[in-house]
Amino acid sequence: MYVAVKGGEKAIDNAHRLMAEERRGDPGTPPLSLDQIAGQLGLAVDRVMTEGSVYDRELAALAVKQAQGDLIEAIFLVRAYRTTLPRFGASEPIDTAGMAIRRRISAAFKDLPGGQMLGPTYDYTHRLLDFGLADGAAPEPAAVGAAPVERDIPRVAEVLGHEGLIEREEPGDGAAPGDLTRQPLAYPAGRDLRLQNLARGDEGFLLALAYSGQRGYGNTHPFAGEIRMGEVAVELVPEELGFPVEIGEITVTECQMINQFKGSKTQPPQFTRGYGLSFGRAERKAMAMALVDRALRCAELGEEPVSPAQDQEFVLSHSDNVEASGFVQHLKLPHYVDFQSELELIRRLRAREAAGPPGGDGTGTREAAE
Amino acid sequence: MTSGYNFAYLDEQTKRMIRRAILKAVAIPGYQVPFGSREMPLPYGWGTGGIQVTAAVIGARDVLKVIDQGADDTTNAVSIRRFFARTADIATTERTTEATVIQTRHRIPETPLREGQILVYQVPIPEPLRWLEPRETETRRMHALSDYGAMHVKLYEDIARHGRIATSYDYPVLVAGRYLMRPSPIPKFDNPKMHMNPALQLFGAGRERRIYAVPPFTEVRSLDFEDHPFEVQRWDQACALCGSRESFLDEVVTDDRGGRMFVCSDTDYCGGQQARQAEAAE
Repeated sequence: MYVAVKGGEKAIDNAHRLMAEERRGDPGTPPLSLDQIAGQLGLAVDRVMTEGSVYDRELAALAVKQAQGDLIEAIFLVRAYRTTLPRFGASEPIDTAGMAIRRRISAAFKDLPGGQMLGPTYDYTHRLLDFGLADGAAPEPAAVGAAPVERDIPRVAEVLGHEGLIEREEPGDGAAPGDLTRQPLAYPAGRDLRLQNLARGDEGFLLALAYSGQRGYGNTHPFAGEIRMGEVAVELVPEELGFPVEIGEITVTECQMINQFKGSKTQPPQFTRGYGLSFGRAERKAMAMALVDRALRCAELGEEPVSPAQDQEFVLSHSDNVEASGFVQHLKLPHYVDFQSELELIRRLRAREAAGPPGGDGTGTREAAE
Repeated sequence: MTSGYNFAYLDEQTKRMIRRAILKAVAIPGYQVPFGSREMPLPYGWGTGGIQVTAAVIGARDVLKVIDQGADDTTNAVSIRRFFARTADIATTERTTEATVIQTRHRIPETPLREGQILVYQVPIPEPLRWLEPRETETRRMHALSDYGAMHVKLYEDIARHGRIATSYDYPVLVAGRYLMRPSPIPKFDNPKMHMNPALQLFGAGRERRIYAVPPFTEVRSLDFEDHPFEVQRWDQACALCGSRESFLDEVVTDDRGGRMFVCSDTDYCGGQQARQAEAAE
């Protein structure tokens, strides 16, 4: 009888229990600890923190565990938790020039003040499966530098800035940056909101957009001016004190892309910048973000927007993987009523066509579901 | 109530922000009000807009009904009803007449609503002009100028090609003679119920961050032409369970040889009809 499509509380409960059992896997193996995830799947945790926009390794590790390693699901979990958190202040802007650097490279200069430092990276590894890891072999100890890395290494963009060959980063107008998690985004969006959107945006989506720009859908000629990764201090000015107090330290990856710019009516030829920043060591994300940021600056630089990566309404409204994942997957929800309506319509159209002209070609004009 | 969360999940500041958006929406019938949609613990596209609207208007003495496809026991309706039972500890019902707030996806109940009731629609895409113009900047301008010619042309082209308007759900309406509005993907069968409805109709689109409203007793006109008046779906069959010829019917496949049965999509209405018939038979 007519029950097949009806769900019900019991089915949902049972489905969730089954899922929890699957997540646990073979009960004969030890369960994963959050320390193991945060320590040994650190890049997954970094991505979840970045796109989840909460810097909390433990929470992100829990989300990765709860989501069985599905990072978009983990990002969703962190986001949903984030909205419930009270906000008691905004930190001072972090100063990446004062970063305790662990990695710093420039593809624009062979050498530069502060030097190049590879740091922990998969670059130049040969992607051969390491069967030693499967057996739990301990890594060879890394070399220790003779002296600590100096602090306050100038950013490459500033090195060029002395010659006036690169656009100056205009200081903000003092207004507090917008927050698209509180106010709906309106177009055209300012750079503050664009950068927030990109920082939260899906790595895969930004990667593809950045790639499309490099391949000719757009007109970017980027150089990786500088990529740096390390720890920066987070400072807060408590109202009752009136001066900044360091409340902690976070790991970030920053990417400054330098782009060719032939100049416009109002600006001389110079290099322009694209900026990327991510929590942890999400380097691919920071680079893609910097490319897309530069592409989206086309309007202010007087460039004709001709490609998807330069179209801010297209980029900003489709970058969020929690939104995209929800809407794509909502197609799993029942659509019986709309489908029934379409069935009825198609039957009518066909009956009419069978009855003779004037008829159309009978193709549907509507999306099947929404 | 689950400890650690406010009544109906959202904090009071957020509710106030949503209520302000709702008030504006009621004041400008059919106009899409942007609001600071929050990230909910349910996925976007699964009713987050409706849930936020419901959370903002519901009180401890309200009685909530949640339907999806007209039915109370479809999985997502069950999930949303439980969300409120859990976070707001409120009474829930499956009876349209008993509910003070009804959250719905894709249907308007068959039982007429009354004054004081609130119908909350879950909206996937709030912009009626979206398939004609993908840019928000452009569609906002079109609304500002009541520039709805493109929609009339689209409907006209349907008639020219198919002899009829080939839109069967989410059929565009004009609210209070001013704003073109998407009624959410309800079948056009339900469109006439929106017109001069005594209940307050609220629409929440979470992912798209828009709220809009049709106040009680407001004119809601489905777009049509003098020589091609608006019409709703009709079935040759009656409901196989309650025999209704007035309700929207779901087609249920019963075998793989073309066997079909038709039953009411509104389970509460269908159950009520059956109960009345059983009573009359006694």
